[in-house]
Amino acid sequence: MISSADLVLRNKVIDTLRGFLRRRGYLEVDTPIRLPVLIPEGNIEPVQSGEFFLQTSPEICMKRLLAHGHDRLFQIGHCFRKNERGRYHLPEFAMLEWYRAGADYRDLMSETETMVRDVFRAVKPFNTGLPRRFSKITVAEAFSRFTATPAIDAVAAGDFDRLLVDEVEPGLKGMGSVFLYDYPAELASLARLRPDDPRMAERFELYINGVELVNGFSELTDAGEQRQRFTVEIAAGGGAMPEAFLADLENLGPAAGAALGLDRLVMLAADAASIDRVVAFAPEDI
Amino acid sequence: MYSASDLRKGLKLMLDGDPYIITDFEFSKPGKGQSLYRCKMRNLLSGNSTVRTFRSNDKFEPAPLEERDMQFLYAQGNEYNFMDQENYEQIAMERELLGEAVNFMIDNMEVKVLFYDGRPIDITLPIFVNLTVTQADPWAKGDTSGTDTKPVTVETGYELQVPPFIEEGQKIQIDTRSGEYMTRVKE
Repeated sequence: MISSADLVLRNKVIDTLRGFLRRRGYLEVDTPIRLPVLIPEGNIEPVQSGEFFLQTSPEICMKRLLAHGHDRLFQIGHCFRKNERGRYHLPEFAMLEWYRAGADYRDLMSETETMVRDVFRAVKPFNTGLPRRFSKITVAEAFSRFTATPAIDAVAAGDFDRLLVDEVEPGLKGMGSVFLYDYPAELASLARLRPDDPRMAERFELYINGVELVNGFSELTDAGEQRQRFTVEIAAGGGAMPEAFLADLENLGPAAGAALGLDRLVMLAADAASIDRVVAFAPEDI
Repeated sequence: MYSASDLRKGLKLMLDGDPYIITDFEFSKPGKGQSLYRCKMRNLLSGNSTVRTFRSNDKFEPAPLEERDMQFLYAQGNEYNFMDQENYEQIAMERELLGEAVNFMIDNMEVKVLFYDGRPIDITLPIFVNLTVTQADPWAKGDTSGTDTKPVTVETGYELQVPPFIEEGQKIQIDTRSGEYMTRVKE
């Protein structure tokens, strides 16, 4: 269970994020969390709720609102993913997602850095705990620096995730605050591919002291290509085609979005070793 | 069969033909990636530790282990003899298998013996045992200069640090997990 001090700290983190996004013209929204169809993602197991599912992220609804002409949106809410439990994982966790029309993943990397800095300044006024500049490293560079296998080969061998967790992430830990970016195309089913190198997707992850905190990308806005990628995901892992989402995607212009693990940000702000320490109640405490 | 989501600290399973216990466990899942289960595991036969990372579709055989309530009868040279509390069957274990446990074992003590494939491989002692102090320096009353502990030897030959008021012939309680003094036992 959370301490009084950390409950106050958590509130301050949330306030700071809200203030930051509002100042930048983002509109806060709250979309349904019980959904009849989710984005098909093979590695995420949803929780059934009657005929519906609990959202695994608010992405589907947020991008539909974006397609309906709302240019800057954010949402803070809970997401549900079955069987995810560990020092950094809860099956119900808090997430901040924000979307911006006309932006790409580079714009969001820079916005993410400013936002995270703002939070650290608000909660750790005498010691920001952050370097003066966040560094950046492509996935390809990180794999060649920290592993013996090129990233593309690791994907082909089905060994990307293990090498990432066992060898790359410990290396990133030593780099403080670092954006890992340009993921192999196979690992970003909703992201736009790089126009100059379609083997790479415009996706990034921010790691702070080895903790994966923010995932963002330039949105794939080609509904036809998105349908093809979903077809592959559904064949591999099941699920249904999100038709309403694909219909709205036809009207979506260039945009980028990112998701921040709110509980993990509070962990970093509180120097907590486990996610259990920064939520009101861990599943075992309820 | 266990699946990866059953993995947790303390689980015993077969790996590469040997029984292992998971001594440390960490779940991880890179964004958009697979669930990974990193386990630090100790081989229950050799005692060696290893770290392995498993995926959600990995499956494991439970280790054919059985724990039986037994009584420690006596030690003869290198052999420690135990009797099954249910069927009175007697077994002997070599001292090397028992490790530090021999520091806390006295005749007639009740223990749990772990069997793998029918042969004893390890024992679990009660968490607290009461042992008699067989050797202790007398306590110089009013001595405020010294440290607040002194070494004593107990009936098994084990030596540990205790408060200075403990005297020869007294019984003390020891935590078998840490080997440390807990309290004086009043008879």
